[in-house]
Formats: sequence, structure tokens, C-alpha cells
Amino acid sequence: MSLDLGLPALERAAPRLMRTEPLLNMRDISKSYGNVRALRDVDAAVYPGEVMGIVGESGSGKSTLLRMMNLEDTPDSGNYTLRLPGRENENLFDLTRYERRMLCARNIGIVYQNPHLGLLMKHSSSGNVAERLLIAGERSFEVLRDKAREALDASEFPLDRMDARPIELSGGMQQRVQLAKAIALEPALLLLDEPTTGLDVSVQALVLDTLKRLQRDRKITMVLVSHDLGVIRTMADRVMVMRHGEVVEQGLADQVFQDPQHPYTQQLVHAKL
Amino acid sequence: MTTTPLLRVKGLTKTFRMYHLDSMLHAFEDISFDLYQGEFLLLRGQNGAGKSTLLRTIWRSYLPVAGQVLYTSSHGEIDLANAADVDIALLRREEIGFVTQFLNARPRVAAQDIVAEPLRLAGATQAEALDQARHWLDQFGVRPELWRAYPSTFSGGEQQKVNLARALILPQKLLLLDEPTASLDVGARAALVRRLADLKSQGVAIIGVFHHPGDVAELIDREINLNTRVIADQSAEEDHVAV
Repeated sequence: MSLDLGLPALERAAPRLMRTEPLLNMRDISKSYGNVRALRDVDAAVYPGEVMGIVGESGSGKSTLLRMMNLEDTPDSGNYTLRLPGRENENLFDLTRYERRMLCARNIGIVYQNPHLGLLMKHSSSGNVAERLLIAGERSFEVLRDKAREALDASEFPLDRMDARPIELSGGMQQRVQLAKAIALEPALLLLDEPTTGLDVSVQALVLDTLKRLQRDRKITMVLVSHDLGVIRTMADRVMVMRHGEVVEQGLADQVFQDPQHPYTQQLVHAKL
Repeated sequence: MTTTPLLRVKGLTKTFRMYHLDSMLHAFEDISFDLYQGEFLLLRGQNGAGKSTLLRTIWRSYLPVAGQVLYTSSHGEIDLANAADVDIALLRREEIGFVTQFLNARPRVAAQDIVAEPLRLAGATQAEALDQARHWLDQFGVRPELWRAYPSTFSGGEQQKVNLARALILPQKLLLLDEPTASLDVGARAALVRRLADLKSQGVAIIGVFHHPGDVAELIDREINLNTRVIADQSAEEDHVAV
């Protein structure tokens, strides 16, 4: 016989006061790799200017979901819309590979845990940032250099090193170059996949601070994936908790950390302290 | 005072499920009260009676298991007990404030910028916001040489002053206070009481928990004693408040 755990928390209603629509809307995303169910019926809605955190352990599907948001991969089923001018009702997974690439370059920025995924390590840092702008069609050398400089500056990268190659830079600086590249085109959506994992704690704090600053000044909508609850707690407005490819709980960040509802989330939160 | 309450709490109940212990914890049960604009409601009760838990449930850091918290927002009436997370986030930005004794200091953000931020977000110019921020830092007794410093290294008392200046700079419709006078010196405490009186006269409704209710005696309109309403569970708050 199961013990009495009392009533569950009240079911939350649909938004009523919020007048704006979500920028990002994913519905019923499922994906299997062979026999492995990577994502199962995942829904996600992220509103303009929000930071959505996704937590979960390795293999929970959080990075797979982020790659779908970045249109690097498509699901077996499901729908994905971004409220970009003229594209409001378009399922982005229906676009051709070329269209997806262009849409991504212009509207979505991403920072990976591993800078090798996001950067050409043997090209200059400024060149890495400018490449983004080239893909989007910018051709003037002056404009490219100015915009690259501006993006690096906004990412708090030391400008006297803008011609250094990422391979010569520290981990924290490499992440700033990735960030500059990601924001150079002022994307509607910024995706962050474990952006500070593996950095020294002090460097991690500085990179997080830069992200907060950018978020505050530019109101960029962000989705942040991390297994580090401290990082999520510092950054996120709302949190999705994933396990075995499913979202087991979501809520306001303070609520998920202070009053976790799902047994798995309780275990995560208790393990943290 | 208007005739419609700003807040109507009906049958609000909070229990915590603790899966690792296979048990639950009653925080409070069947709380009901109305709160009008400009009213100051004091929550009384011994440690563990659920005072902070009730504040946090209205603020929605905690999810209630039963009841309603009907709130008249400027966007229309909404039940905070089950409102969508994004609606709660919106109300927290615009009209409901929560003051704890803990400052959420951020690295490399100056005291005056932390205080000015709510005004900036509400659309004030940088100059206006900074002007106001300095005024309130001064009122709470933070010395001018600290205004441009980073509060992460301040003492508990100084951090609390920055925290209060920030929390009270922008009048809200509903203000939740969780022991805001803890660790304050006499001057800052007097400034806090003046500011609360000022906000109250502007129509801000306030629900507060105070370690020394005498500090705000002249502001209190009504009290709810949680001891008489629920069976106190000593561990309830201690376990959850600190998380």
C-alpha cells in the first residue's frame, strides 16, 4: 500500500495575462535513434526576452532538444515555430536544408560547450565572428570588421586580441568568441549548450555575468542547457526538467528549486546541496 | 479604500510531498482572508507556523495544493494559486513585490545599478533611475562611497539596505515582506518604516512577517495568527525556507 503523500499541487492554467505569443513554440517532439527514444512528446514554449533553463543528466535529451531548436536535426514527429516576421505559422522542420541553414544563420545564435564545434580554431577570432556575417550576405570588409569588433566588445572579449586564433586562447576567451559569433547578427534566439561547463569557477562566473548583462541590455530570448543547477538558478526565469527524453516538470526557476514537485527533481535539488 | 478586495484568499492549503521520506508535511490549511488596497496585514505565529510559507505560496515560489488566491491585477482578475508561470512572472515584474532578508547580489553590478534596475525596466531614463536609486540608498543610510561599489562584498546589514532600496523603489500593488527588518540598524529601520507608511498611503497593500512586529506597530491594520489556525509542524519552514 502506498503512503499518503497528500494532494498534488494545483494544475496550472493556460496563460491569461500574458499578451505576447511565445517566440519559440515546439509541440509533440519525438525522436528515436535506433531503439533509443531520445525525445518523447516534448512541448516547449519560450516567450520573448525570457531565459528558459533546461536541466537533466547526460542522456536526458536536453542537448538533443537544443539541437532541434537550432535546426541541426529534425525529429520523427512534431512541430516547431518561431515568431519571426512572415514565418509565424511555418513548421520549421518542413524547410529544406538550405532554408534551415539560412534561417538559422540570421535568427539563431548558439554557443556550444566544446568551442571546436562552434569555431574554426585556426582562423582569427574576428574572422570567426565575421564568417557569420558573410553567410548572411555582408560583403564590405569595413562593415564586417566593425560588426565583428562590436560583437566581440559586447561579449567582453579584449579587443587587442581580436586577431588571435581561438586555439591560442583560454577556455573562457574561446567561449566569448563563440558568444560574439552567436550575437553578431542580433539573433531573435540565443541557444547555450553547457556554455560554462569545464571552465574554472571564477571564469564561469565572469562568462555568466556577461550573459546576464547581454540579456539585460538586449533582451535576447535564451534557452540554456546545463546539468549544473547553480548555473540554471543564476540565469533562468523558468526551468524545464528532463529525464529519459521527457519533460518531467517545468515551472518558475525559484519554484522548481524551492518546491520541486517530481521525485526526480527533488532528488536533483537535494543532491545539489 | 475600494470595495473590491485586491486579494481574496480562500481555503488556501499547502503541503509538501517529500518523496525521499515517503511522507508529506502540512504547512498550513484552509487559510482565508481578504486584503484591500492600502491595507497592512501582519502574519503572526511561532516559528514553523507557516508564515513565510504562506508568503511564498502567494508569491508562488511554492505551489499550493488547494484553494484560491484571487488577485485583481491591472490586467484583470487572476487566481495566483494556479496561474500560468508566465503570468506570475509578468505580475512579479509589474505589480507584486517580495522582500526577503537576502540580497541577490550579482557579480560586477554596482549597488546603485542594482537599486535602479526596477525603474529602468519600468521605462525610466538612466539618469532618472540613478537619481532615485541614490536618493533611496541615502535614505536607508548607505554611505555615498559605497554607491558605485559591488555589494557582493558588503556586510549583511549593508546588503539588506541595498536590497530594501531596490525592492521598494517602485511602488507596487501588493508587497510581501519576509522579515525585512532582520539585521537592520536603527536608522535603516526607521527609514524602512517611513517608506512603508508612504507606500501604504499610496494604496500599496502589504502582507508582512516581522520578527519584532513592534517595529511597524503603527502601520498594522489587521493580523492573522497562524498558530490558532493550523497545527504547527516545526520542521516545515526550517526545511524549505533555506533551500
